[in-house]
Amino acid sequence: MITKRIVPCLDVKEGRVVKGVQFLSLQDAGDPVALAARYDEEGADELVFLDISASHEGRKTMVEVVAQTAGSLMIPFTVGGGISTTDDMRALLRAGADKISINTAAVLDPTLITRGAMQFGAQCIVVAIDARWCADEQTWIVVTHGGRRKTALRALEWAEQCVQCGAGELLVTSMDRDGTKEGYDIALTRAVAARVAVPVIASGGAGCVAHVRDVLTIGQADAALAASIFHYAQSSIGVVKNVLREEGVHVR
Amino acid sequence: MLAVVDYGMGNLHSVSQAIRRFGVRVVCTDDVQHILGAQAIVLPGVGAFGEAMRCLREKQLDAALVEAVGRGIPLLGICLGMQLLCASSTEHGTHEGLGLLSGTVTRIDRPLNVPHMGWNALRVHAQNPLCSGVDGGMVYFVHSYHVTQCTHVWATVDYGGPIAAIIGRDRVVGMQFHPEKSGRIGWRLLANFLKDARVVSLQQDEDVKGRS
Repeated sequence: MITKRIVPCLDVKEGRVVKGVQFLSLQDAGDPVALAARYDEEGADELVFLDISASHEGRKTMVEVVAQTAGSLMIPFTVGGGISTTDDMRALLRAGADKISINTAAVLDPTLITRGAMQFGAQCIVVAIDARWCADEQTWIVVTHGGRRKTALRALEWAEQCVQCGAGELLVTSMDRDGTKEGYDIALTRAVAARVAVPVIASGGAGCVAHVRDVLTIGQADAALAASIFHYAQSSIGVVKNVLREEGVHVR
Repeated sequence: MLAVVDYGMGNLHSVSQAIRRFGVRVVCTDDVQHILGAQAIVLPGVGAFGEAMRCLREKQLDAALVEAVGRGIPLLGICLGMQLLCASSTEHGTHEGLGLLSGTVTRIDRPLNVPHMGWNALRVHAQNPLCSGVDGGMVYFVHSYHVTQCTHVWATVDYGGPIAAIIGRDRVVGMQFHPEKSGRIGWRLLANFLKDARVVSLQQDEDVKGRS
């Protein structure tokens, strides 16, 4: 059977890895190529690079980071952040990325999902959905621009629409939990996974191994994304996987 | 020299870089003469079957690959590249493949997520140098279509039933997963292919392992 995946995420700004707590107060946690290699050695199943550069130069740097990483890494990796055209996708895929993750641009123009899937294959189009619980509507609402803007989209319906448009995988981030280390939003992940027939990567809130276990079992996620618990060596990937294995979760 | 066939479909960089790490000279090419002059050929590919065959035909690479195999040049198809080795596909219509191996490519129709994405354990059914040392090893898959009715299956994985993972006959081999993305086991499989194709010597392989 297929295994559950552990996916470290590296937020990259102007070629350096940073990680924010709720996207504020960024701290530098190292060189992306070196960190990627470390995660590969430790047993990461996949990596995500999220480019949070604001500048054009920063984006060009990302293509170089991708090319350097692809030359040394023997596990797949996804690149996301600020990608808004199929030309952007092509540049990163040609540089060696395996998958492209799109977020705000997909909300603004869902045909981007379809165009990407038609040109490069659905398997390399990941739609990242940032969702926040809305007490008034009693459901999760999609937010964009790093959580700063609320949309009218309901997250579960949007998830379904993304897959109909051609998304091969969904990366679902709980903006309520992101950076809190209080655990993933299990209910959100479970609701999305029940709604779509593509793999779901859960993100936002990992603080300990139990959180990872819960989202992969109760939350029915196919993969768990985490950043800070690995970057600051709170838990190594090997340790996380050993615990998961002992608890009966099928991992590599 | 090893030729990676560049026909406009997908990521050539990762597989080329992985093979270069064995000290092999790699040329990414759509030139028929380069392909026929290579010691071994890799046919990568990501995307749709019909479009891939159209691109190959447009550059007369379909005939070149059949000719190369006829001359005994080892050929490795990866992911879509493996599917193209087969007789036909039903992805968005019916399309003829290269016909180097038997089999029909159909959509994965099981009550599980499609694409089949992630790491899965190989079950090796063939005793041969290519499959040596990889039984039970985990490799990375990303695909929505799979090879069925193939009589040359060397290894499978379980995804709600068997999925053809490695197919082959003589010097033609297909891998549905991405060896270049499959860590240690992927490395072993590339090494096995390159050694079997006599592109790298045993000594070179040991040297590279020592460095990695």
